[in-house]
Amino acid sequence: MEDIKYIIESLLFVSETPLTIIRIQKVLGQADTKDIHEALTTLAAEYEARKGGFLLREVAGGYQIRSRPEYREWIKRLIQRTPLRLSKAALETLAIIAYKQPAIRSDIEHIRGVDCGGILRMLLERKLIRVLGRKQIPGRPLIYSTTKQFLEVFDLKDLKDLPTPDEIESLGNSFSEIQD
Amino acid sequence: MQEEVYQVKLDNIFEGPMDLLVHLIKKHEVDIYDIPIAMITDQYLKYLQWMESMNIDVAGDFIVMAATLTQIKSKMLLPIHANEDDQEDPRLEIARPLAEYLQMKSAAERLAARDLLGEDIFARSTDRDELLAGRQDEVLKLGLFELIDAFQQILKKISPDDKVRIAADSISVKNRISQLADIFESRESVTFEELFPAGAVKSEVIVTFLAILEMVRLSLVRIVQHVQTGVIRLFYL
Repeated sequence: MEDIKYIIESLLFVSETPLTIIRIQKVLGQADTKDIHEALTTLAAEYEARKGGFLLREVAGGYQIRSRPEYREWIKRLIQRTPLRLSKAALETLAIIAYKQPAIRSDIEHIRGVDCGGILRMLLERKLIRVLGRKQIPGRPLIYSTTKQFLEVFDLKDLKDLPTPDEIESLGNSFSEIQD
Repeated sequence: MQEEVYQVKLDNIFEGPMDLLVHLIKKHEVDIYDIPIAMITDQYLKYLQWMESMNIDVAGDFIVMAATLTQIKSKMLLPIHANEDDQEDPRLEIARPLAEYLQMKSAAERLAARDLLGEDIFARSTDRDELLAGRQDEVLKLGLFELIDAFQQILKKISPDDKVRIAADSISVKNRISQLADIFESRESVTFEELFPAGAVKSEVIVTFLAILEMVRLSLVRIVQHVQTGVIRLFYL
C-alpha cells in the first residue's frame, strides 16, 4: 500500500488545518483507519529519519506538517507576524483553565489570588479559551474551557497530552505525610 | 531587615498576595508545608507597609491574606490538647492554596516551554491571504449606535398590517442565543440581515436583537461592517 501513503502525504502538504484520520478516510473513499494510521506513522518516521525542514505532528486531534522548531529564526524572517507573546499572568490563567476545565472565573481567581477579568477577555479574543455556558449557581457565572486553537498553538494532541506539572506527585506525597 | 525591604525593584511589584507569598517562601527557601509562619507573616506585613509607603495602592486581596496569615499565626500559638490530635495543622489553610498555585505556575511554565505555533513551529497558514484580502475588504469594528441604526432599518421593514395577535410561542432571549449559536456553529459568519427573516413578528425581532447584544457582551460574536457595502457581518468567536 505505498500508494495510500503518498496520497495522504499530498493531502497533508496542501491542508491548512490539522487533518483527522476520519477526514482522510472520507477523502480516500474506502480505506481502513488502521492503514491510514500506519501510513501516517510511516510518514512521521520518514520525516524524522530525514531530519529535514519539517515534521509531522499530531495536534488537536489531527495531523499536520509543521516546520522544525530549529528553523524558527529563518521562518520569522520570512513571515513577519506579531508573535503570540502571552504574559506570565495570562499563561497562568490559561494553565488553570486548561487543567481545571470547565472552570469559572472565581475558581481561577481563587488560585491566582487576583482579579482575572481583563486576562480572560484577552484570552477569549485570542480564541485560546471559550465560553461553554453558565453555571447554575447564584450569579450564574460563565464557564470557560480551552479551544481547539489552544491545542494547535501549544502543539498538543488533545487535553490528555497536557504536560504534568512536576509538583503534582511530590506535593501529593508530602500532603499525605502531613495528613498522617 | 529594613534594608532588605528596600532592595526590591519596582518592576517586581507583586501581582497579588499569592505572588508575594511565593516570593517570600522562595527567598527564604522554606518548605511550603512547614512555613515558619511568624517570620513569613512578619515579612509579609513589612512588604505591605513598604508598598503603602511607596504609594502603591494595596488592594483588598493583600489585606485579606494578611488577616489569614495573622489568624494562622495566632492559632499556632494556642496549645494543642492531646485529645485533639486529629486537628490539622492550621498552616494547611495557606499551604494548600500555595501548593495549588505553585503547581499551576509550573504548568504555565511547561506550557510556555512547548514549541509554540507561530513562535517556534509553523504550519502552512491562511494568514497571508487574509492579510491580502483584508486590504480590499476592509472592515470596521462596529459601534453600538451603528448596530441600533441597522436594527431600526429592520423594524421599519416589519409590515404595519401585521396586527393580528396570536398567542404565539414566544421565544426567550436565552433560547434564541442557543439557536443563534447553532447557526454560527455551522456557518461561522452571518450577515446581520439574515438573522431577521422578512416575515418575522416584532417581538421575535426584538428577542433576536437582544440575543445578539447579549452574545456580543459575552464575547461570543464579533460584529464588523464592510467599508464599501456597509453590510454588517457577525463572526462567531
